[in-house]
Amino acid sequence: MAAAATEPRSLPANPLARGLKEGLGAALLAFGLAVPILALRTEQNISNQLVLQPRWHYVGFAVLAAFLGRLLFVLATSAAAPRRPKAAAPAAFPAGAARALSILGLLLLLLYPVLALAIAGRAGAVKWIDNFGVQILIYIMLGWGLNIVVGLAGLLDLGYVAFYAVGAYSTALLAQNFGLSFWLCLPLAGILAAFWGILLGFPVLRLRGDYLAIVTLAFGEIIRLVLINWVPVTNGYAGISGIPRPTFFGLPFNASDSGFAAFFGIEFSPLHRIIFLFYVILALALITNWVTLRLRRLPIGRAWEALREDEIACRALGINTTNTKLTAFAMGAGFGGFAGSFFAARQGFISPESFTFMESAVVLAIAVLGGMGSQIGVAIAAAVMIGGTEILRELEWLKQIFGSAFDPAQYRMLLFGLAMVLVMVWKPRGLVSFRRPSIFLREARPVRADMVKEGSG
Amino acid sequence: MSAPAAPLLTVEHLTMRFGGLLAIDDVSFTAARGGITALIGPNGAGKTTVFNCITGFYKPTSGRLTLSRGGAASPADIDALTASSRRSRKTAAGAVYLLERMPDHEIAAHAKVARTFQNIRLFPGMTVLENLIVAQHNELMLASGLTVLGLLGLRRYRDAEAAAVARAQFWLDKIALTARADDAAGALPYGDQRRLEIARAMCSGPDLLCLDEPAAGLNPRESSDLKALLKSIRSDHGTSILLIEHDMSVVMEISDHVVVLEYGRKISDGPPERVRNDPKVIAAYLGVEDEEVAKVEAEIAR
Amino acid sequence: MEYLLQQIINGVTLGSIYGLIAIGYTMVFGIIGMVNFAHGDVFMLSTFIALIFLLLLTQVLGLGSLAIALFIVLILAMLLTSLWAWAIERLAYRPLRGSFRLAPLISAIGMSIFLSNLVQVTQGPRNKPVPSILGEVITLSEREGYSVTLSYRQILIVVVTGVLLLAFWYIVQKTSLGRAQRACEQDRRMAALLGVDVDRTISLTFVIGAALAAVAGLLFMIYYGVVNFNDGFVPGVKAFTAAVLGGIGSLPGAVLGGLLIGLIETLWSAYFSIDYKDVATFSILAVTLVFLPSGLLGKPEVEKV
Repeated sequence: MAAAATEPRSLPANPLARGLKEGLGAALLAFGLAVPILALRTEQNISNQLVLQPRWHYVGFAVLAAFLGRLLFVLATSAAAPRRPKAAAPAAFPAGAARALSILGLLLLLLYPVLALAIAGRAGAVKWIDNFGVQILIYIMLGWGLNIVVGLAGLLDLGYVAFYAVGAYSTALLAQNFGLSFWLCLPLAGILAAFWGILLGFPVLRLRGDYLAIVTLAFGEIIRLVLINWVPVTNGYAGISGIPRPTFFGLPFNASDSGFAAFFGIEFSPLHRIIFLFYVILALALITNWVTLRLRRLPIGRAWEALREDEIACRALGINTTNTKLTAFAMGAGFGGFAGSFFAARQGFISPESFTFMESAVVLAIAVLGGMGSQIGVAIAAAVMIGGTEILRELEWLKQIFGSAFDPAQYRMLLFGLAMVLVMVWKPRGLVSFRRPSIFLREARPVRADMVKEGSG
Repeated sequence: MSAPAAPLLTVEHLTMRFGGLLAIDDVSFTAARGGITALIGPNGAGKTTVFNCITGFYKPTSGRLTLSRGGAASPADIDALTASSRRSRKTAAGAVYLLERMPDHEIAAHAKVARTFQNIRLFPGMTVLENLIVAQHNELMLASGLTVLGLLGLRRYRDAEAAAVARAQFWLDKIALTARADDAAGALPYGDQRRLEIARAMCSGPDLLCLDEPAAGLNPRESSDLKALLKSIRSDHGTSILLIEHDMSVVMEISDHVVVLEYGRKISDGPPERVRNDPKVIAAYLGVEDEEVAKVEAEIAR
Repeated sequence: MEYLLQQIINGVTLGSIYGLIAIGYTMVFGIIGMVNFAHGDVFMLSTFIALIFLLLLTQVLGLGSLAIALFIVLILAMLLTSLWAWAIERLAYRPLRGSFRLAPLISAIGMSIFLSNLVQVTQGPRNKPVPSILGEVITLSEREGYSVTLSYRQILIVVVTGVLLLAFWYIVQKTSLGRAQRACEQDRRMAALLGVDVDRTISLTFVIGAALAAVAGLLFMIYYGVVNFNDGFVPGVKAFTAAVLGGIGSLPGAVLGGLLIGLIETLWSAYFSIDYKDVATFSILAVTLVFLPSGLLGKPEVEKV
């Protein structure tokens, strides 16, 4: 509030002059920040000695970007300034429109492989269905799973990837040691992950806020380190390969006579499996969504949200907060486990490298950027953040501008981190900043985000 | 009308120590079944601490808190329960509970003690109606077959939810908030939030309702509405009330029995009229020295 | 016995570095109640700044005296790392002050990702071997073929840490900045009403934390002789563990915690298993938070009803 009050104090008449001035300031700061780290690159020469290579043009780019960025920002905001009184109450989102929108989105998702095939052709479709479709859906599912814990119950979990890992490794190990098929491993992986959710949830019940986040982070790292070091079981860094792929009611996706293509009398194509995987993860994600929406309208879901709002009041109303927290951990972990199981079967190979803290951070960022507790917000955030960084791989033409050594895909996580900061500064409450009530007497009025608590646990 | 009839809650030798600080020192009193008992005293007298002990948020250092539901428990029952390591015991009339042995949520769920808080604790981001539905969590949880049946959308759960909404609506009408049922609880004005918190506590169907300064910050009109509401809760719903209050007009008008605390000790106990004229109470409130109290007492005696 | 003594020397050296980083966590948490997730990466950034300027001074400018070079590098690393921390606070955290609790945490995680990837992109993902500095050792005792040694590096690390901690202690205890800091810790609004420039105080807190992290960065580079863009996360978590173990918000606690974590890590690696040394640290973190959330020297927190 204080920051907002100081902003419009004394705006110079000319926004351009102000923009130039602030742009210069930003450029100066960028110069100071860029020189120590961008200007000189440390390289090893032939005799393995470090030498410095000057790359001052990088500093130039950074300074120019800061100057133009600040200038444009000032110009844009001062152009919008007269129309300041925004922040009006969110127009009651008409329920019909929301329903129409989600049906449209669902249709689009169902037709997505067909559209990709039609637009990109057989060769191009693999990338669009696998790298974009399946990848984004995995993160949507993880985001939705974590949303139960963070968005609904208000428990901050920075180690969510642990359950993803438990799901993936249980699938791999069950398949390898007992020869179970993917369809048997999937539910078992979910159950095992939920069990681990409870197991890790128990000791942290008393913790609140950032402390809870840090302990969950520690658990996530411990699990990863155990996966790395417990070589006899997990094969350490080398990982586990040869995980069976999902079959279509027992029909494998291969070129054999008993395969999917042969059974239906069509020509074998690796695309079949990719499209099938797309529908599998789509179904898993939709089940996650359906269960979550359903749970929100049940006592358990309301207890989760009440827990987020005020834990002490919950206890005063006879709600067993221990059980409530553990069920939230278990549900979220279970869905993470399903996603992990799918991940293992899709890749056919897993190693501890896929389950670093970074993954937890990405999933948490998706859940928070989406808007706490909002299912559609999480889906949008996953599509934008994962799709946006994936698309950098496609920007080959940038090489023609910056030279062939420039690889835009390198900048994926850099931009991801920057986007996390910018979205938070722009919309601290996430993209969808209102809450839909779970029950109503006359009409479902959205609750403004500034009313909704984010939980202390 | 006053106490001895059949106490619902009996507090005996309650002591609460925080490190070196003795917050409550050997306090004993009873709250009568079907009565309104007021707990008063200057700031820092330990009133809220007594509440926190009764509702299980604090574990008392020592003392016994007996609550008998249904009807008076026989001394034999209470002694048997105390001797055992159990928390509750069925009696001829209902059940008897030893609150100091129970965690907070079980006191609310089983012993049926509901409470409000000095600094209102609603679920601000949930609607008024949702607040009242959450208060009926345990019944609804059973009806939803611990979620499984509810997930399948079975009739039994839908009926239970409809009943819960009906009960919520009853209390909304009673506190005149039906029109705002679908608004966020945090968006209500202060006085409405206070009433909503009481209604939420009542939706959990309590035998004993503990109110921590329900009249604080209310204007005179709201205050008189509150008095009517509390009287109706006592007479129409058979819920006994224990309240902490600073507003003497509320205390004197509605309570059947008043307990006065000062510096963690009980200094007076009795019907409002007697307590009002108790020189120790007057001294406590006006901050008079002990010798003067003795003098006043001597004068009264004469 | 000699073996143990040697491990203790190594542990104290490592612990000094953790302690220096931990102060940044504990001060920021004390004043704005936030886990500055990017602090570990600020530390990593400072190791690179130190490396680049050391190379610049010794190779390009041909400065002969190592002592002068190290001193200049130390000052430059402290200044430039502080500038980074100041900019991060200004751009990524300050706009979110008083906002929802999760927003600064997510912003800090984003900043941490940004910093490590920035260094990866601009300096490359490979390990950077640093020319050996002060590698000479003093042999303290030698028996049965096992010698206890103390390297000049270790002496430098412990001495620099000690001197800077004293200077820092003076700032926090005796200057008006320190007073303002403690006032903001207690009640930011009240401090502002009494004329404390809260924004400036918080900025300075970040700056001091980063300056100490930069000292740790230089020492870390000298000690391990290698830097990598990935070296922010694990030392960061360990330093945070140190802050928590010592009692978050407590400055002596951070130093004590740092020394303990350094010792535990070294002894664990020496006597049990080097593979699981990070598991040991993470377990200490979890166990401390669960069973002793106020740490060794912190103030216990009472749940208000």
